[in-house]
Amino acid sequence: MSTPTVMGLLGAALSAIGIYGLMVGRDALARLLAFNLLGGGVFLVFGVVARRGAGAGFGADPVPQALVITGIVVAFSATALAVALLRRLAELREKARAPRPAPEGEA
Amino acid sequence: MSGILGSALAGDMLLVGAVILPLFALPPLLLAPPRLAERLSVLVLLASLLVALALAARVGADGAALATFIGGWRPPLGVGLRADGFSAFMLVMTAVVLFATGLFAMTTPGAAPGRVARGRMPPAFWMLLASVFSALNLVFLAEDLFTLYVALELLTFAAVPLVCLDGKLAQVEAALRYLLFALFGSVLYLLGAVIIYGLYGTLDIILVARAASASPGFVLALAAMSVGMMAKAALFPLHLWLPPAHSGAPPAASAMLSAVVIKAPIFLLVRFWLDLAPTGLAVAVAPVLAGLGAAAILVGSLVALAQPRLKLLIAYSTAAQIGYLFLMFPLAVVASPWSALAWTGGALHLASHAFSKAAMFMAAGLMAEALGHDRISGLSGVGRAVPVALVAFGLGGLSLMGLPPAGGFIAKVMLLSAAIHLDAWWIAAVILAGGLLAGGYVLKVVGLALQRPAEPLAVRPVARWREWVALALALVAVGFGFVPLEPSSFLFIGRPASWAGLVP
Repeated sequence: MSTPTVMGLLGAALSAIGIYGLMVGRDALARLLAFNLLGGGVFLVFGVVARRGAGAGFGADPVPQALVITGIVVAFSATALAVALLRRLAELREKARAPRPAPEGEA
Repeated sequence: MSGILGSALAGDMLLVGAVILPLFALPPLLLAPPRLAERLSVLVLLASLLVALALAARVGADGAALATFIGGWRPPLGVGLRADGFSAFMLVMTAVVLFATGLFAMTTPGAAPGRVARGRMPPAFWMLLASVFSALNLVFLAEDLFTLYVALELLTFAAVPLVCLDGKLAQVEAALRYLLFALFGSVLYLLGAVIIYGLYGTLDIILVARAASASPGFVLALAAMSVGMMAKAALFPLHLWLPPAHSGAPPAASAMLSAVVIKAPIFLLVRFWLDLAPTGLAVAVAPVLAGLGAAAILVGSLVALAQPRLKLLIAYSTAAQIGYLFLMFPLAVVASPWSALAWTGGALHLASHAFSKAAMFMAAGLMAEALGHDRISGLSGVGRAVPVALVAFGLGGLSLMGLPPAGGFIAKVMLLSAAIHLDAWWIAAVILAGGLLAGGYVLKVVGLALQRPAEPLAVRPVARWREWVALALALVAVGFGFVPLEPSSFLFIGRPASWAGLVP
């Protein structure tokens, strides 16, 4: 088996694990990690596409590499936003559990 | 010569301007004092609306799509922006709704300082509004599948924080759930785009459509992209994130999320199945989309009937009304003179839903502001407190029910006549049943609101002009009922050649 085939299969496997995790995951953090696995799988497949030089007939097509970098940045910021929401959620839940000293307006 | 150059330049400027102009609201929001920044933002929204109108006028006058390649670089290295009739229609609709949202969210001029502080939207709201505007315009104009991915993610990042502006526990939960669904959708979309690049070596929609055949790889790519968009559009059974997210947000944010943000993935589904997919494949897949749409209408409407709170009812109604847009697919993809009518009906339904839903969320927000709650059982007599808002709610509901003379009526007549002429009886039945169910949940609210209240209502005053904004949007939705009952030629400007023969 050639390297691109192996890498392509690995990318497919990563994507499959990611999709499975996103669909069955109960916990938001687990689903966020599954999203990152899925993203990794997709980027790997894109890298394999670049290796095949589908676009311009080069030995290695530069377009997917540029796009993968953009995609990684976007996925990173998505993860950061999700983690920020998760942390806020944890804080709010903790506050909701703690006994409230005085009622401060309606929730 | 210089005239040609000038008009070409203006076309480019319009396309690029539509995407970047809304973002000019951001610097004042960071630098200027809140009140001034707010007014500047509304001015920027107005300017963006004018750009959208100019773009639509240009497309209509030329009778051809307006296109440009950014920096003069052609695909596969460069990316294009292109406005056809449908894009221009969506741009104008979005711009009107978002401008009205801006007016609605503005602080009441001259109000006492204490009240202003309570009612004022934070600067973050205006930043997100501007970002949503820009991202939506990019979705409607981008011609490149990867640019579309970036636009979708920008839209997600702008829409998710809108849900949790108040920062309460339930809202943050809803926002996180929305974010995870949306990310799932975008990454599946990206997977499809990657497969398409691997197959055809380009991401330009027109070039891909020329090369595309119903090969297994292309079918897989379209399937991944479509499921991704369904998750973002909250199509049944992927709708569970929508009601908590749309009902928890502040009214101005709910209006914008439910009216226009949800339409971006639907716009893309139309592009995939009508522009990108070979006709044979589209005809085979369309009934699946319509089946899910029918389920969305029935389940969404029934669940809406059972909701105890007004904003949740409206949010479930969005999940139901989305279904009509999917019913359009089997009628629109077949080669028949009636498909053009179905397609016009679908587009009209999309727009009239946008206006009526924005009006209804604003009206519901005003009722909740007047009463201090939005429990449906406690709405009795609210019509005396906020009469104009109730009229706006009722007129918006009229359009959802599909009663004449509202826009929803004419859209449903178009879809119904196409369904009957194409022998799709089950689609006709679902359209009629959905109208009845919508009547159920709208009239329940309107009937209660018109009742004489059991005890005198304790009502907080609301700004009258905000009621008028809601009413204006509802009147636009009703005004769509006066468009001619025939396929619109504007919507077909610049559409793929396969459509050309279908338009009178």
